[in-house]
Amino acid sequence: MRTVAVVGASLAGLSAARSLRKQGYDGRLVIIGDEPHRPYDRPPLSKDFLTGAVAEADLALEADGEDLAAEWLLGTRATGFDRTERRIRLADGTAVRADGFVIATGAAARTLPARAGGANMAGIHTLRTLDDARALRADLARGGRLVVIGGGFIGAEVASTAYALGLDVTVVVVAPTPLAGPLGETMGGVVSSLHADHGVRLLCGVGVKGFSGGERSGTGVPTAEGRGRVEAVLLEDGRRLPADVVVVGVGAQPHVEWLESSGIELENGVKCGADGRTGLAGVVAVGDCANWYDPAAGMHRRVEHWTGAKERPAVAVATLLSGGAGQPGPVRPPYFWSDQYGVRIQFTGHAAAADSVTVEEGAADDRSFLAVYRRAGAPVAVLGMDQPRLFTRWRKQLAAAGA
Amino acid sequence: MKIPVCRLADLPRGEAYRLEIDPPVSVFHTDDGEVFAIDDTCTHQDASLADGWLEGCEVECPLHASKFDLRTGAVDTSPAKRPVRTHQVLVEDGMIYVELSLAAPNLPPCVGARLAQGSA
Ligand SMILES: Cc1cc2nc3c(=O)[nH]c(=O)nc-3n(C[C@H](O)[C@H](O)[C@H](O)COP(=O)(O)OP(=O)(O)OC[C@H]3O[C@@H](n4cnc5c(N)ncnc54)[C@H](O)[C@@H]3O)c2cc1C
Ligand code: FES
Repeated sequence: MRTVAVVGASLAGLSAARSLRKQGYDGRLVIIGDEPHRPYDRPPLSKDFLTGAVAEADLALEADGEDLAAEWLLGTRATGFDRTERRIRLADGTAVRADGFVIATGAAARTLPARAGGANMAGIHTLRTLDDARALRADLARGGRLVVIGGGFIGAEVASTAYALGLDVTVVVVAPTPLAGPLGETMGGVVSSLHADHGVRLLCGVGVKGFSGGERSGTGVPTAEGRGRVEAVLLEDGRRLPADVVVVGVGAQPHVEWLESSGIELENGVKCGADGRTGLAGVVAVGDCANWYDPAAGMHRRVEHWTGAKERPAVAVATLLSGGAGQPGPVRPPYFWSDQYGVRIQFTGHAAAADSVTVEEGAADDRSFLAVYRRAGAPVAVLGMDQPRLFTRWRKQLAAAGA
Repeated sequence: MKIPVCRLADLPRGEAYRLEIDPPVSVFHTDDGEVFAIDDTCTHQDASLADGWLEGCEVECPLHASKFDLRTGAVDTSPAKRPVRTHQVLVEDGMIYVELSLAAPNLPPCVGARLAQGSA
């Protein structure tokens, strides 16, 4: 293999590039990313970066002086993949030809349907990129009322950070219980009760109809760019929530539209084997855009967590370099963390597989406990709130049981 | 400065003891019976390495899994980029002591910022 192209210059792409060099690949390495920035870390964007406790320089993922001997094509979007020519088309009309490809284009923040309006209103944000976080940080600094739409981890973290900055915060969630997807009903309820502990309003079971503000009425306060600002969030039940800043945190969708009609199978992202391979020889996919086969569960899963984006590329790169001959090594069960209201939340495994969940240590009411999810008596997932030591031990145990 | 930690007999192999000084220091007793002391706070973010996973002469951070070599403080996997500070350990009459390093600690940016605020 003489040229490998990595598409996506974030955590998964950088981890793949590192793995290539670590596993002895010494050919040409091209890394394509549509953001202008060197790879940076996203998790702090909803946490310490918004408060200013960590600066942009602290977000860099590369170590000082790290040199992967790669050609970086930054600020360049990949627009297509030609399977016969084995090349990636770029938005500027050029193309990169390669023998091996790593697809690591991640995911994009989901937005509300267009009928909700607000597209031209200032003050409405999504949060995925550094540029998003810069804009949100500037808006939060104005203070006032924040409405967060969506009760997932990113929405909850923004609410917690904004609360710490002194804003008046309301979280609106269409589901009856936030976080029920990743954590199950019971524990989703326990974790999201952190909002109420801090006087952040949580409105569940109600959808958002749209926004009022400058866009439609023309009465909104004009901004520097001449756009009107958002003034309120309108709920399906007729309520109107006054808002100075709005964050739409309704999940992410894989960034794979550029691969349509490439011959690579797309199904909730790039469909991959247990080792990251796609249906095309010499093409693997990693990170948030990849829907990997999980042999233990007998199904494909797309995992949108930092640790998977960091650890799985080593397996995918081994597949690529061996021409698919290698045996996929075991991958650890999914793991993620979240920091909210000064509480450290850690989770590993799959809650959906469980038929019971029990608190084994501490108490849910104290927001310091360890809960174990089981299926037919065997642990399948573990949740810790402010229990890093115990959690670490359980995580190892779960990983060992699954290997 | 030489600080008494605990009795060697009270720190089983494979376990860590956190010394609550500022910044905190952790003492690890490896499965091979060696004792090491390093700064307790991960250089990446605010996590206690005493809560991490000890394997051989390495500890894995409980939060984002960077690994630190207890002998040198060197970090071997991202996201942490800087080594942790190491301290000298003395065992005298069954008692563990730590001789604090005079080097500047490599605290993570979020903790560094807080300390700077506190002292300002
Ligand atoms: C605000 C925030 C907080 C988070 N907090 C946590 C947390 O606490 N814990 C946790 O476990 N996870 C967290 N995550 C999730 C974690 O950051 C992601 O799982 C991780 O970033 C995935 O890495 P990736 O490289 O697969 O994708 P991404 O980081 O999304 O990177 C993909 C890159 O590819 C680029 N790209 C997309 N399409 C193209 C194209 N056509 N051409 C060229 N480039 C392209 C994108 O611009 C982007 O730079 C958080 C995410 C966000 C946004
Ligand atoms: S806090 Fe230790 S690796 Fe992040």
